[in-house]
Amino acid sequence: MSFLVALRKELLEQWRSYRLLIAVVVLVAFGLMSPLLAKLTPEFFKLMPGGEEFAKLIPPPTTADAVAQYIKNISQFGVILALLMAMGVVAQEKDKGTAALILAKPMPRGVFLMAKFSALGLTFLVSIVVAGAACYYYTLILFEALEVSGWLVLNGLMLLFLLVYVALTLFCSTLTRSQVIAGGLALAQLIILSGLSAIPRVGEYLPGQLLTWGAGLVGGSGKTAWAALWVSVGIIAVALGAAWVIFERQEL
Amino acid sequence: MTAIRTEGLHKKFGRVWALNGLTLAVEQGTIFGFLGPNGAGKTTTIRILTGLARPTSGRAWVAGVEIISNRQVASHIGYLPEEPAFYSWMTPREFLDYVGRIFGLTAHERKSRMEELLDLVGLTEAGKRRIGGFSRGMRQRLGVAQALVNRPQVLFLDEPASGLDPTGRKEVLELIGRLRGQCTVFMSTHILADVERVCDTVGIIARGRVVAEARQEELLARYAVPAFEVESDSGMEERMKEWAKTLRTMSWVTSVAINGPAARVAVRDVTTAKRELIASAVQAGLVLTRYEMVKPSLEDIFLRLVGEGGSEG
Repeated sequence: MSFLVALRKELLEQWRSYRLLIAVVVLVAFGLMSPLLAKLTPEFFKLMPGGEEFAKLIPPPTTADAVAQYIKNISQFGVILALLMAMGVVAQEKDKGTAALILAKPMPRGVFLMAKFSALGLTFLVSIVVAGAACYYYTLILFEALEVSGWLVLNGLMLLFLLVYVALTLFCSTLTRSQVIAGGLALAQLIILSGLSAIPRVGEYLPGQLLTWGAGLVGGSGKTAWAALWVSVGIIAVALGAAWVIFERQEL
Repeated sequence: MTAIRTEGLHKKFGRVWALNGLTLAVEQGTIFGFLGPNGAGKTTTIRILTGLARPTSGRAWVAGVEIISNRQVASHIGYLPEEPAFYSWMTPREFLDYVGRIFGLTAHERKSRMEELLDLVGLTEAGKRRIGGFSRGMRQRLGVAQALVNRPQVLFLDEPASGLDPTGRKEVLELIGRLRGQCTVFMSTHILADVERVCDTVGIIARGRVVAEARQEELLARYAVPAFEVESDSGMEERMKEWAKTLRTMSWVTSVAINGPAARVAVRDVTTAKRELIASAVQAGLVLTRYEMVKPSLEDIFLRLVGEGGSEG
C-alpha cells in the first residue's frame, strides 16, 4: 500500500519536473537519428571537400549500421540520463529535509527507495519503448524491416543495462547528502565498469555484454550472454539492497 | 498519564555528547515547552523521539511505545521540523493528500481532513498554489497542518516560531494554543516569550540534560528569587554605586546589580527588605523615581539554570 503511495508521488514528480518528458525526448531523438545517421553518413562525406573518394571506400549502409548506431547512442546518452536523473533522488531529499519529514511518518525507508527506483525504471521503460518504436519505424523506411522479436529483446536488454546504472547511482545518492558527490561517485563506478568491460574474459560477465547480445539477436547471431544478464540483475539487487541497509541505518 | 518519557538518553556526535543523560516525562494533553539555548540538544532529542535518530544509550517512550525504530511510533505522532521542507512542485492540497495516503486515510477522510486543516492554518485560499512560492510563515503553517493529518497523540514541534515575523509568530502560537487538550504538544524553542505565552509545562535543557522540569508556575515558585527594582533620578549614579556597596553588607540582601541610575536588589528576606530598603536608599541620599517588588520571570530562571550549567535540578 505505502509502495503505491510513494510510487504515485514519484511518478507525479517525474511528470511535473519534466524529467519523464526530457528522458523520452532525448532517447526518442537518438532513436530517430540513429538510422538517419547510418543512412546519411556516406552522403555527409560526399559533401566534404575531397570526400567523394573517401565515401567510395565506405560500404553501403545496412540495417546493422542503423542498429549499431542506435545501441551506441541509447546506451551512451541513456547512461548519462541515468546518472543525471538518479544522482539527486535521495541525496537531495536528505539535504532539503523532505526525507526527514516524510520518513517520520509510517513510510518504510525501503519502500521510499524502491519507489524511486521503480519510477526511474518506468521512466526509462517508457522512453525506450517510444525510442525503440521510432528507430524501428525509421529503419523500416530507410532500410528494411527488422526482426520484431529480436528488436524487442534488444530493447529489453538495453533497459536492463540502463537500470544497472540507475541502481548504482541510486546507491551513491543514498550514501551522501550532496547530489554532486553522488554524481561523482556514480561516474567513478561507470569508469570502473567500463574499464573492467575492456578486460578479455572479465567483460563477458559485465552489463556491457548485454548490448553485444542484443545486437547479435537483431543481426541473426545466436550468441547469448546469460552470465552478463544475471550479473546485471545481481548488480541491481546488490546496489538496491546495500542502499536499503545503509539508508535504514542513517540518521536524518 | 505520561505521553513522553525518556530515561538517561545519551547521544554522542564524534567526541561531543549532544545529550548527556536526558530524563524527562511529559503529561498527556499538555503543551510542553522544551527550552534551551542553541546547541543544548533540543533538536537531537526531537529527532530521537521521532525515530529519525538513534540514542547512543538510554530509553524513550512516546505514546506508550518504546522507541526502537521509527515505524512503531510513526502512526501516533506528528512532526514539524525547524525548517519544514516540501516538494516545491506540489500544492498544499496535494501535499496533505500525499500525507493522508501515507497514513492510510480513505479518499473521503483525506478530503475532509484537508479542508479542515487548511482552514485551521488559514491556507484555504492558497490551497491550489505551488508550495515553491510560499513565504516562510505559510510553509510553517503548512508544516503544522501536515503534522496534524493523522490526529496525532503526540505532536513534536521543533522551534515552530523561529524565523517568523511578529504576525507569523502570533498566528503559529495561537494555532498551537488551540491544540491544547487535543493532543500532547512537545515544542522546542529558545524563545522564552513563546513558552510563557503558550506552554503549560516547561523543561529546561542545558548541555544535553534537563536541569528543570515543572509546570510554569511551579518553576517560578521554586526557582524565583524575590527582588526589588529601584530607580533614582539621573545624575545619581555615583550615589547609587555607594548605596550598592552598603547593601551588599546587609544580611537580608543576596545580590545587587546596578544599571546606571537603576538597581536590582535580590533579597533573602522579603519582610525585612520591605521595611529596610527604602529607608536605606533615603539614608544614602537617593531621590527615588521608581520602587517595586518585581515579579520573577521565566527568563531569570532560565538564565540562572542555564548559566549554572545544570548544577540545579
